[in-house]
Amino acid sequence: MQRLNQPRAFRRMPPGIVACGVACMLAIAGGFASAGEVASAVLDAQQQRIDAMRRASAAAVAIFAGEAGGGSGVLVSPDGYALTNFHVVQPAGVAMKCGLADGRLYDAVLVGLDPTGDVALVKLLGRDDFPYAELADSDGVEVGDFCFAAGNPFLLATDFQPSISAGIVSGTRRYQFPAGTILEYADCLQVDAAINPGNSGGGLFDARGRLIGVNGRASFEKRGRVNVGVGYAISANQLRNFLGLLKGGRLVDHATLGATVATSADGRVVVSDILESSDAWKRGLRYDDEVVSLAGRTVRTVNAFKNVLGTLPAGWRVPLVYRRGGRREEILVRLAGVHTSAELASIVEGKPRPPAGGPAPPPAEPESPRKEPGSGDGGTDEPQPQRPDGASGAVPLPAAVRSVYEARRGFTNHHFNAVERNRVARLVAADGIYASLGGRWIFTGRLATGEDFRIELSDTEGVIDLPTGTTRVDATGELDANPSPPGSGGMLAALLLWRRLLREGPEPLGRTSYGGTTPLDPSMFGDAGGPRLVDMLESSAAGVEARFTIGDGGAVVGIELWTAPDADPCEVRLVAAPPDRLQALPAGMPATIEVRHGNDLFGEFQVEQAVFEVPADEAGRKDQREDQREDQREDQRKDQRKDQKAGPGLLPGGGT
Amino acid sequence: MKRLDALKLCGAAAVIGLLVWSGVLPVGLSAGRAEAASPQETIAGAARKVVKIHGAGGVRGLEAYQTGILVSPTGHIVTVMSTVLDADELDCVLDDGRRYRATMVGVDPRRELAVLSIEGEDLPAFALSTSDPVPPGTRIFALSNLFGVAVGDERVSAQHGVVSALVPLEARRGSYEVPYRGGVYILDCTTNNPGSPGGAVVDWRGRLIGMLGKELRASGSGIWLNYALPAESLASGYAEIVSGTAAAGGDMPADGLSGPGFDPTVLGVVLVPDLLDRTPPFIETVAADSPAARAGLRPDDLVIAVGGRSVASRAAVQQALSAVAEGDAVTLSVVRGGAILECDLGPRPAAGRKR
Repeated sequence: MQRLNQPRAFRRMPPGIVACGVACMLAIAGGFASAGEVASAVLDAQQQRIDAMRRASAAAVAIFAGEAGGGSGVLVSPDGYALTNFHVVQPAGVAMKCGLADGRLYDAVLVGLDPTGDVALVKLLGRDDFPYAELADSDGVEVGDFCFAAGNPFLLATDFQPSISAGIVSGTRRYQFPAGTILEYADCLQVDAAINPGNSGGGLFDARGRLIGVNGRASFEKRGRVNVGVGYAISANQLRNFLGLLKGGRLVDHATLGATVATSADGRVVVSDILESSDAWKRGLRYDDEVVSLAGRTVRTVNAFKNVLGTLPAGWRVPLVYRRGGRREEILVRLAGVHTSAELASIVEGKPRPPAGGPAPPPAEPESPRKEPGSGDGGTDEPQPQRPDGASGAVPLPAAVRSVYEARRGFTNHHFNAVERNRVARLVAADGIYASLGGRWIFTGRLATGEDFRIELSDTEGVIDLPTGTTRVDATGELDANPSPPGSGGMLAALLLWRRLLREGPEPLGRTSYGGTTPLDPSMFGDAGGPRLVDMLESSAAGVEARFTIGDGGAVVGIELWTAPDADPCEVRLVAAPPDRLQALPAGMPATIEVRHGNDLFGEFQVEQAVFEVPADEAGRKDQREDQREDQREDQRKDQRKDQKAGPGLLPGGGT
Repeated sequence: MKRLDALKLCGAAAVIGLLVWSGVLPVGLSAGRAEAASPQETIAGAARKVVKIHGAGGVRGLEAYQTGILVSPTGHIVTVMSTVLDADELDCVLDDGRRYRATMVGVDPRRELAVLSIEGEDLPAFALSTSDPVPPGTRIFALSNLFGVAVGDERVSAQHGVVSALVPLEARRGSYEVPYRGGVYILDCTTNNPGSPGGAVVDWRGRLIGMLGKELRASGSGIWLNYALPAESLASGYAEIVSGTAAAGGDMPADGLSGPGFDPTVLGVVLVPDLLDRTPPFIETVAADSPAARAGLRPDDLVIAVGGRSVASRAAVQQALSAVAEGDAVTLSVVRGGAILECDLGPRPAAGRKR
């Protein structure tokens, strides 16, 4: 079918076409000569375009996967991360060769895969100053905008110089059906710039040379696998949603609501089916409810619904507005994955590689188009991945790649998850301040109701005093049996894990991985450029699952904790002190702790004082710590190892 | 040499087009012209006058959708006459997602033009121009629902290009030579795709200059054509259809219409749509009180000979009928229920021929 990365049928390009091109160039030159003076604004515009194309060309990657074909890619960071299509790299395997317009060939390693969205992230090796393209806000792209593609059509770029094809944006927010459950193009850009086999994975740029999408698909029909003026690009905003997960070496899944929608007789989009196990159901969504908006985007058609959903990663929480009997409800819904991890793994593993020297796949036979009545899906042909991951192949990985590749189930390349996890861990550690605070952490203050509370966290237990009574959790054992205090879903367990994460880092905590980026505030969807994304760590520790979202400067701003897989999590928001209180509370300490469980707010805790007890021998050196933090870190680690039983001393951490 | 000049002009126009195109129109060029619309605005304005048509099809190689152009605020839509329109229920979806049931006003079989009507008021519509053709080198946008990518309130697709030439159409579809021999604009962008027929071609000021036709190959080279019926021809065809003068059997306009085609509907015979390379010439319907009805023809009869000469396909029937001189007797041999029947349809009328 219509994969774009194999040009076999086009190696026999008649020379007449080249001659025709030359004639056209001459004609253009002739036209110019007779045009006389050209307005400087026109020349400026031309220069701007040339510059934009030069910048884009520098960031364009020509991917060569030997027998398996190849395609295009585009660099998005100076340390060599490049986006491309899943269907381009899948036949290539873990290691590939990538050419840049500088004429050099680089080793590259596979980092992350998103089969559902047909996206892959690779990393070019050997430099930290690669030219790269800036991701634009693709929601700002308008039909009629100038755009151009830079890529490797027909694998012509044997000298690594990309081909440029220019055009206009023909359509925005297009939906193109998946092949089965993968290679879905949702909310994508449609262009009339020539997108040919081999352009797959290459960048689509705006007039200023900013990346607005990644080309990957085209409508082909009876004319064979050659551009007919209809190409599709994955939008930059979708790519941005997944970039964190991909950088984390993950095998990424897309989101499903656990409910399907259909157009009702009167033209509304209503819930036609819903799983009772879905979060949407638990939050109150029911059959026949009208979906008004999802993730901040108004939903007027089924396509619009699929467009929004198709750009979101599994696991995100998004606002959903629905209407029932004239009443408008807004809920936050946690999105499930389209696939199980086993399904994703088998998709990536693919079919066995055909024996070398076997018959080549038949050239570009146009196939009868798939028709889905009313779906609007005409002769569009989805790219089709073939052939397996080369990781298990007989060819050994190049040394440069071997050192940055680690196979692990559920991941594309676990090496990069460790890299990202360690980066975030360094941020969270905040120069080791917390590592030293080995005694009890005591937070006191008032609830929103005006009543007092006291929270005490230590290595051995967590205690909370509430107007309703005192609750304890043993911190040394498993935490899953005790979702205390009652009604919170596990608030004490969440705070105990938080303390351990701050003090010890992610590794001693349990099995912790980098979970990509996630919206800082799920209610902020719909803003220009999408929601603000922050790093997330996922931990499996002490019998519970926890997610920590990490805000600016490494402060943990959110914790979600599941004591059982199907239970609603305890959701803790840690709100930093406003600037005038920053002096009062240590960096990274919350001024407000907001706890939610299920559909309810459990409590809002206004922290007025935070006290950190330290062992007596540490307390004596408190002043030193202020001046010699670096030295102190070393000392503290020694202290911890040496003696945990020292008598308590007080380190006043704040007070109002 | 003339051809070379045109090519040069065309190339130069394309280059200038690219140059001035980037959000900001250079002041030097726009000065003196009042508020030239941006390409984005031009496309958005024109797209409001283009409709998505859903009808019959969805089987092997035949789309069930095409495009149409609103040409009157009260809901007249011009489009391409095709098998898509051969449906009991025709849906037209406007740019804003409003959905209408359309009725057929009439067809112009030679230009393969159809006019539909929806019940609307104050609809956005193009003015059909009878002015002179635009010169080669004119920059255009083509708006159509190619590949049916746009559904509901989604906007039809926009493509950009240049008018390369205005030439007589010499094209075929399968083995069937297209009867229309009038002038068409050849476009330098890949406009004519599944679903494109009936799409609007506008200039950079948003004026309608043509309508995209069916997917056709050039008779000589076999190359897929990207072309549009000029607005002038569209205007005449539209006028004839709404005034009833283009009805089957009426006079045909002389603007380049000639060729081997003979429309058997003149005799009251409607054959099955010509979908295959050799579509068997079954009769689909027989018009009441027509020569065919009087001769005893019935739906599902298979035509096997015209005037004693055997015919193996629908195209062959058309050709054989065209070969019968005006006024000569038309006889059809048909198979019905295993028996061969001879039917005399009387003298061949003039219709379907050049006036």
